[in-house]
Amino acid sequence: MSRIARRFATLRAQGRGALIPYVEACDPDYDTSLAILRGMPAAGADLIEVGVPFSDPSADGPTIQKAALRGLKGGASMKRVLEMVRAFREGDDGTPIILMGYTNPIEAYGPERFCMDAKAAGVDGLIVVDMPPEEADLLAAPAAANGLDIIRLVAPTTPDARLPIVFNGASGFVYYVSITGVTGTRTASTDELAAALPRLRRATDLPIAIGFGIRTPERAANAVSVADAAVVASALLNTLEGTLDADGKATAKTVPAVLEQLRGLADAVHAVSKTASK
Amino acid sequence: MSATETQAGANSLRSGPDGRGRFGIFGGRFVAETLMPLLLELDAAYKAAQADPEFQRELDFYLKDYVGRPSPLWLARRMTEQLGGAKIYMKREELNHTGSHKLNNVMGQILLARRMGRTRIVAETGAGQHGVATATVCALFGMKCAIYMGATDVERQKPNVFRMRLLGAEVVPVTAGAGTLKDAMNEAMRDWVTNVHDTYFLVGTVAGPHPYPQMVRDFQAVIGVETKEQIMAAEGRLPDAIVAAIGGGSNAMGIFHPFLDDPEVKLIGVEAAGCGLDSGRTAASIERGRPGVLHGNRTYLLQDEDGQITEAHSISAGLDYPGVGPEHSWLSDIGRADYVGATDQEALDAFQLCTRTEGIIPALESAHAIAYAAKLAPTMGKDQIIVVNISGRGDKDIFTVAEHLGVKL
Ligand SMILES: Cc1ncc(COP(=O)(O)O)c(C=O)c1O
Repeated sequence: MSRIARRFATLRAQGRGALIPYVEACDPDYDTSLAILRGMPAAGADLIEVGVPFSDPSADGPTIQKAALRGLKGGASMKRVLEMVRAFREGDDGTPIILMGYTNPIEAYGPERFCMDAKAAGVDGLIVVDMPPEEADLLAAPAAANGLDIIRLVAPTTPDARLPIVFNGASGFVYYVSITGVTGTRTASTDELAAALPRLRRATDLPIAIGFGIRTPERAANAVSVADAAVVASALLNTLEGTLDADGKATAKTVPAVLEQLRGLADAVHAVSKTASK
Repeated sequence: MSATETQAGANSLRSGPDGRGRFGIFGGRFVAETLMPLLLELDAAYKAAQADPEFQRELDFYLKDYVGRPSPLWLARRMTEQLGGAKIYMKREELNHTGSHKLNNVMGQILLARRMGRTRIVAETGAGQHGVATATVCALFGMKCAIYMGATDVERQKPNVFRMRLLGAEVVPVTAGAGTLKDAMNEAMRDWVTNVHDTYFLVGTVAGPHPYPQMVRDFQAVIGVETKEQIMAAEGRLPDAIVAAIGGGSNAMGIFHPFLDDPEVKLIGVEAAGCGLDSGRTAASIERGRPGVLHGNRTYLLQDEDGQITEAHSISAGLDYPGVGPEHSWLSDIGRADYVGATDQEALDAFQLCTRTEGIIPALESAHAIAYAAKLAPTMGKDQIIVVNISGRGDKDIFTVAEHLGVKL
């Protein structure tokens, strides 16, 4: 059983939903992002998404775009991202790590070598934003060979007839992009989510995470009341951005501010009792 | 779309892309899941339009009476004499309404968007020619229009920005990155993903996810189809070489495609070498890039070792793009077309050569093609023929050229 499957099984047994925070690698520098990553489990993260900076994040809104640029300025490369995960794994063997990024840096690294090195570093799953099922063969074999979960994105625009195509080859969990739009903009309404989830449940037994536009503890709690996990990215990155000095450097406030916000989100998520659902 | 374009058999170089939208390893559909159903819908709608004679009739009507086709094939006598080699013909795409080849594609796609019931158009633009063409048809059909343009390009292509606004388009300057075409493309994709319910993304070149490279090529192939007829009428034979500038590659793909199965015709794409191919300041994606994935397709890209896209550089905003259409990447790999570079300076020189010898002020983009043709012609015999695609007119560029010539306007 993969670390991701194990984590969701435990949560289900406990009747809890999961909070999945996002941290952009090397934003604004390696040490700060590693400190945030290391602090996340104690602050309530159940799984963690680590963003792999890319120069052209065309599915992301302004907040993640800026974080990616800061990450690149802070020295991010695929090698450096994997190093960061390895450093995290030295002190945490239980929290699943999912890399989220775009195809090109993976292709440049070499898909086979990437999957091997990612697994060795302690990565558990991959979300490749611009790799729909139609292009998934690039990673399918090496990811499977190395036991990496491929987390598929589903969107409000995905018709029912297409769900089996999207879920074919998916593992770990399913990521429901709750709005049509880029990250960090609009928030899906409770009604929209309530309408979307049953149609996904009918098509997959995998846990479902909701992401894009979840910014507050209330929204996060609302998401896990219908789904299995809530992903929060832009809200944390905004907080991080707000603590940087005029030169964009981290300050003493950076790590504590992000983790404190995370704690608030996690408390709200973990207060939701899920014994009746699923 | 035309008769010649649909006759491609299985062994033809014109039969691509395959069902996955691939030309060899290039192309594909590397987009977020939100967009994937829209691309499938677009592909189906395009196939249905292709099969519908009424669509072709409507397009032909607008191409003739609105765009002003066919465009002439002009024998450039004085330039030919001055260069002292092969006969140079110019395919006069600069005479199209709005001043470039861009309207050929835009006309096709706007009719498709209308068939699909879309009411709002978004587009990216570099030089502003595609933006102007798009704003033009949106005015013609009374549709809402948002044009994304890099802030740097907004600055260096002011006349076109004003034109677009006059036409009723909203021009959105994009400050991300270097503020050029690549960044405008990202932002247009973000708009599309946000407004999928009513918005059509009108891509301006043979790049982007499938079916755009194929569809834009098909709409631009009218250039090559006409060229073939015109050169046969004028010379009774096909040309020895066809030369076209490469930004994303649409004017080149349009004139190349009908000739892909005529091996005696050399096809030469001229990339912007910027300050020189090895200067590090270039837009020559095929000559100096590696295959990678950007903006929905796999193609040659200017990128660093880590797969981060690097900024392109060219004096010409329309060529200032770190990628290239996937079909060109494939044609380069299989050796059917050659890709060369022309520098900023060479383009400026050719701009003046064309202006002084033919009384045609070419776009700086097209001047790159002229620059290479001017190098090539003297190495060929007087009985040989080169066709240069004059993709656009240079009115938009006079400020840039004046600045480089040290003239204050
Ligand atoms: C006149 C002209 N020629 C060429 C280009 C380059 O585009 P493409 O390579 O798609 O023809 C542009 C783009 O803006 C243009 O305006």
